Amino acid sequence: MKHTLAVLVENQPGVLSHVAGLFARRGYNIESLAVGETEDSSISRITLVVEGDEKVIEQVSKQLNKQVEVIKVNDITNDEIVVRQLLLLKVAADLAARQEIMQIVEIFRCRIVDIGKRSLIVEATGDEEKIQAIIKSLRPFGIQELVRTGNVAMVRGVK
Amino acid sequence: MNGAEYLVKFFQDKGVDVIFGYPGGSVIFLYDVLGKSTLKHVLTRHEQGAVHAADGYARVTGKPGVCFATSGPGATNLVTGLANAYLDSVPLIAITGQVALNCIGRDSFQEADIIGITMPIIKHSYMVKEIEQLPAIMEEAWNVAVSGRPGPVVVDIPKDMFMGTVDISVPHKRIVTRKGPQKNGLEEQLPKIIEALSRAERPLIFAGGGIISGQAGEELRKFVDYTHIPMVTSLMGKGAIPETREDVLGMVGMHGKPAANLALSACDVMLALGVRFSDRVTGDPKKFLPDTAIIHVDIDAAELSKNVIAEIPVVCDAGKFLNKILEKMKEKKTKFHVQGWLEQIKEWQRKYPLSYEKGACLKPQQVIEEVARQAGDKAVVVTDVGQHQMFAAQYYPIGGVRNFLTSGGLGTMGFGLPAAIGAAFGRPGENVLLFTGDGGIQMNIQELATAVKNRLPVKIFLLNNVCLGMVRQWQELFFAGNYAHTLLEGNPDFMKLADAYGMKALKITDPKEVAAMVSQALSEPGPVFVECVIDQGENVFPIVPPGGKPSEMLGRWPGEAHISRIS
Ligand SMILES: Cc1ncc(C[n+]2csc(CCOP(=O)(O)OP(=O)(O)O)c2C)c(N)n1
Repeated sequence: MKHTLAVLVENQPGVLSHVAGLFARRGYNIESLAVGETEDSSISRITLVVEGDEKVIEQVSKQLNKQVEVIKVNDITNDEIVVRQLLLLKVAADLAARQEIMQIVEIFRCRIVDIGKRSLIVEATGDEEKIQAIIKSLRPFGIQELVRTGNVAMVRGVK
Repeated sequence: MNGAEYLVKFFQDKGVDVIFGYPGGSVIFLYDVLGKSTLKHVLTRHEQGAVHAADGYARVTGKPGVCFATSGPGATNLVTGLANAYLDSVPLIAITGQVALNCIGRDSFQEADIIGITMPIIKHSYMVKEIEQLPAIMEEAWNVAVSGRPGPVVVDIPKDMFMGTVDISVPHKRIVTRKGPQKNGLEEQLPKIIEALSRAERPLIFAGGGIISGQAGEELRKFVDYTHIPMVTSLMGKGAIPETREDVLGMVGMHGKPAANLALSACDVMLALGVRFSDRVTGDPKKFLPDTAIIHVDIDAAELSKNVIAEIPVVCDAGKFLNKILEKMKEKKTKFHVQGWLEQIKEWQRKYPLSYEKGACLKPQQVIEEVARQAGDKAVVVTDVGQHQMFAAQYYPIGGVRNFLTSGGLGTMGFGLPAAIGAAFGRPGENVLLFTGDGGIQMNIQELATAVKNRLPVKIFLLNNVCLGMVRQWQELFFAGNYAHTLLEGNPDFMKLADAYGMKALKITDPKEVAAMVSQALSEPGPVFVECVIDQGENVFPIVPPGGKPSEMLGRWPGEAHISRIS
């Protein structure tokens, strides 16, 4: 099962290599990793998506916790969370195809951020499923370039 | 005050009485200051010698060992020693010089990314990039090395930092950890633990190195005295409480004592304290004690349920745990029912004693037994890695705290001699007994010079079988006697070699000479090299074949002519 871990770390050089190295040498599988500063610039937050059963995830969390610069590890998989990733996709778009692509973009509520002679760049945010669906819908037109980030996630506020 | 002066003052303020190291370009300024100071520095003959010596010093004293090395090759020569200290949870501070700040990343002369190289094999590391950070980094490095589960820390210092100015008139910024406190679950678990142990028919304590590094030997002794639960140890737990006691069954594992391994296999409730269930003990962890309820106490949460699943896990310092549980048990007047179990164990001890055949050939076990008889259980014993290490673990009962030094986790040949040197500095006035092999001693033989130069009372017992005995044994048992590259033809004449270094040299070839030679070696002041020419074919028994269960030991049992499995 996939788990989402939110890891708060000291914002220091070397932290990312510590975390990434830990995964490599202990044989854990990172599905995705996203890192950035938090509201406190001295703290970064790493969002990790890790594949593994409860036992593996427990070990992963403990090993992460052992790192000197790790402040807190939260497994938020079973929380109410908002998960997003960002996609940029350059799709072949001659005049004939443009209309149809625009419609797809409309339906998925993403945006066109660049218009070229023969291509468009589509920007989308969403969870894994939505991003996959967009990619699938645009594939028939010819994907020229594709780049996406790993998940970032946040626990919803108390209702 | 410059950076170098600050470092010297820092270590003096921390009560460090000796530093082991080796100079070079990037630390020459540091050495210039060190050489004018009162801080003692021991020049080893190789950086690996320095780091193992610092490790040996830390093991016997409980204080962090400190070593210095220059950038590039000096730093990379520390690597094995750092990994060794990490796997055995030994507190170390390694100061490595680095090329000047503006040369970093340009493949400068003697530049090596020691932080990158050591990342997976040490507890933590720091690079000092601004001189203002030096005080805070040193303070934190020290804390990291000694706190929680101890371990080695590297501080990499670009050479210009040694010359930079540290202003000690202003209080330096402290690095404060923002980690929250850890839940240990102790209060909820205690009643369950007491219940499980007092109900058990065959309870067993399994003590590891955590008892020693956590200074919990006294608490453990009280616990055993109160409960009469028998105890086994890991290799690292040897000496946690005196092995001369009847209720201490000795080491378990691949070459564990037969009764200890049998007790391990048969116990219904195990209290595991400061152990990490290494594969040398468990064999295949999936098949390890399927019917035993394991209570696992460790200060490192990541050890709990890492290798074997613990029924009751507790994240706690061993001493604190033992104090708490003992208090609770006394309050409740908890009783334990172990009489039948103790008798069963005694029966095993009678039926399956440790034994070896005495004959015309000198046996390594005889040397170790005789040294133990004469030097006693309170002596500091150091081993290298191989058969002699296992013989020492089996035949030398340890009675004192921090008195058995061995490379347990990494199994580093070459550890013995430099670690014994470090131990001699940590315990001035005491004899340090080293058991080593002809393979291992040649991995750091250059340190004979360090022992001689400092007139250290290190008594080196070289159990010379002219081969890499432990590997040869496996080749005999598991590879049809194909002795590929394990015979050490071309060994030097060790007597001449010791003599060349200016060390007193003795040689034992006849079993009848052992007692007199050992006595001479122990009474001689300073270092002594005793070469014991032993039977090449002697193997370590019992042995649990790889992947086997602890009870599946091969050995030669009383009245039997051949090696057989306990059935
Ligand atoms: C640095 C290192 N290299 C290789 C090994 C593998 N190894 C384990 S025991 C052993 C043989 C040790 O021989 P010796 O030092 O003569 O001791 P003996 O086993 O004969 O007592 C070897 C090669 C090791 N543990 N460490």
